[in-house]
Amino acid sequence: METLFFFVVAAVAVISGLLVITCKNPINSALSLIMTFFCIATFYVMLNAPFMAAIQVIVYAGAIMVLIVFVIMLLNIRSEAGRRGAHTTLFGSALGIFGLIELLYFLAKGGLTGSRGGLDAKIIEQFGHTELIGRALFTQFLLPFEITSILLLVAIIGAVILAKKNI
Amino acid sequence: MGYEILGLPLIYYITMVAKTVAVFVFVLLTVAYATWAERKLIGHMQVRIGPKRVGPYGLLQPIADGLKLFFKEEIVPAQASRFAFLIAPLVALVPAFISFAVIPFGDTVTIAGYQVPLQIASVYDGTSMRVLDINVGVLYILAMASVGVYGIVLAGWASNSKYSLLGGLRSSAQMISYELAAGLAIILVFMSSETLSLHKIVAEQAGLFGWNIFRNPFMFAGGIIFFICSLAEINRTPFDLPEAETELVSGFCTEYSSMKYAMFFMAEYANMVTVCAVTTTLFLGGWHGPFPPVVNFVAKVYGLIFVCMWIRATYPRYRYDQLMRLGWKVFLPATLLLICGNAVWLLVFP
Repeated sequence: METLFFFVVAAVAVISGLLVITCKNPINSALSLIMTFFCIATFYVMLNAPFMAAIQVIVYAGAIMVLIVFVIMLLNIRSEAGRRGAHTTLFGSALGIFGLIELLYFLAKGGLTGSRGGLDAKIIEQFGHTELIGRALFTQFLLPFEITSILLLVAIIGAVILAKKNI
Repeated sequence: MGYEILGLPLIYYITMVAKTVAVFVFVLLTVAYATWAERKLIGHMQVRIGPKRVGPYGLLQPIADGLKLFFKEEIVPAQASRFAFLIAPLVALVPAFISFAVIPFGDTVTIAGYQVPLQIASVYDGTSMRVLDINVGVLYILAMASVGVYGIVLAGWASNSKYSLLGGLRSSAQMISYELAAGLAIILVFMSSETLSLHKIVAEQAGLFGWNIFRNPFMFAGGIIFFICSLAEINRTPFDLPEAETELVSGFCTEYSSMKYAMFFMAEYANMVTVCAVTTTLFLGGWHGPFPPVVNFVAKVYGLIFVCMWIRATYPRYRYDQLMRLGWKVFLPATLLLICGNAVWLLVFP
C-alpha cells in the first residue's frame, strides 16, 4: 500500500518537475515547482518526519515561492521560450549530466544508507521528532545554526538598504 | 473483534469516514449560515431588519443565494490566463477546509469498545493508552494558511484586470505580513505547553483558569494579538482592504462570476470558521467547559464568529499604510517582547 502510494507521488513529482522546465509560461513553471515541493513534503511525511514536511510547505511552498510568483507577476515576464543562448544550454546540460553521474555513482555504491545517526523509530517515539531536531540544532549544531541566522540577518539588512536609499 | 483491513480494525475506518463527513458538513453548514447570521446581525446592529423574505426569519436565504449563484452564467475574461483563472478558486477553498483535519473538537469517546478521539487526523493507541495525532498540528495549519495565499495571488494575476491585480497583491502582502505576527504569538502557546500536538495542547488546558489565555498576562495579550492578526490574515473587517469597494471594485475576485465567485466567498467564511476554531483550540481551552465537550467547542467557535461580525459592524476600514504599520511596527515587536516576558514568567513561576 505504502509502496503504491510512493510510486503515485513519485510519478506526480517527476511529471511536475518536468513541467517546471518545459512550460512556456513562467507562472505555470512556478506552479509546477510548488507541486514538486508538495510531493517532497509528502515524502517527508512517509519517512516519519512530519516536522520537516510542515517546514517544507511553510518555507518553500509558502514563503519562497510566493515571492517568486510576485516577482514574475510584477515584472510581467510572459514567455521566454526560444531566446535561450547556446552557452546557457551547454552549461546547464553539462551540470545536469554531471549531477546524474554523481547520483548514479552513489546509488550504485549504496553509500547513502550506510551511516546512521544513532536514531531509530523507538527514540523518535519516545522524545518526539520535533524535540530531537530542536535538541540537535541547539546543542550539537549551535554554531552553524547561529552562523545561518547571521547570514539571514545580513540578507535582511541588505534588502532594506537596497530598497530604501535614504533611511 | 471482527474484520481487520491492513492491520487496523474495521471500526477505525468507519469512525474515520464518519468524523470526516461530520466535520465537513458542520463546516459547510456553518459557512452557509454564517452568511445569513452576518447579514441579520449587522442588520439589527444598524437598526435594519436584514433578510426576512425567504423562509421564516430569512432562514432559507443561504440556499436561495447558492441556487442563484449556481445558475448564473460563468464568464472567463478573454485575455485571462485560463488555467490559472480556473484553478484559483479551488486553491483558495481547499486549504480553508482541510485545516480542520487537525483540530480536536472533543476528547475520546468509546464506540463499540474502541476509544475514538474526536479529531480527524489522530488514532487512539491502545498499548500506550494515549491519543496519537500528528505532532505538528499547528505548523500544518500555518502551512495551509500560507498555501491559501496562492488562490488569491493567482486570481488577481490571472484575471488580467488592474483591479484584480492590485487587490491580489494587497491581499497577499497583507496575509504574509500578518502571518509572521500570528506565528510568533503561537510560540507563546508552545512555550507553555511544550508540545506541538493540538490534542495535548487542549488536554492540558482543563479548568477555567487553565485556559492558555488566563495563564499569565503575556499569554492574554498574545491571545488577543493572535486573534487580531488572524482577522487580518483572512481579510476580515477592519482589515478588508483587498475588497475595498470604493477603490478596487471587488478586489481579486472582480472578474469572477457564478460558482467561482461563490467559492471565494465560501473560502473567506471557511477561513473565518477555521481561525475561530484555531483560536479556541490554542487559547480558549478547546473542548473544556461546563457542557459536553463538543458543545463547548462549538459554542466557543460560534462566540468568536459572533465577535468577528460584531467587529465588522463596528469598526471602519484601515488605510493601507496604517495596516502595514500596525503589522510590522506594532504587532511584530510586541509579540517578540511578549515571548521574552513569557520566558521570564515561566522561569520565575514554573
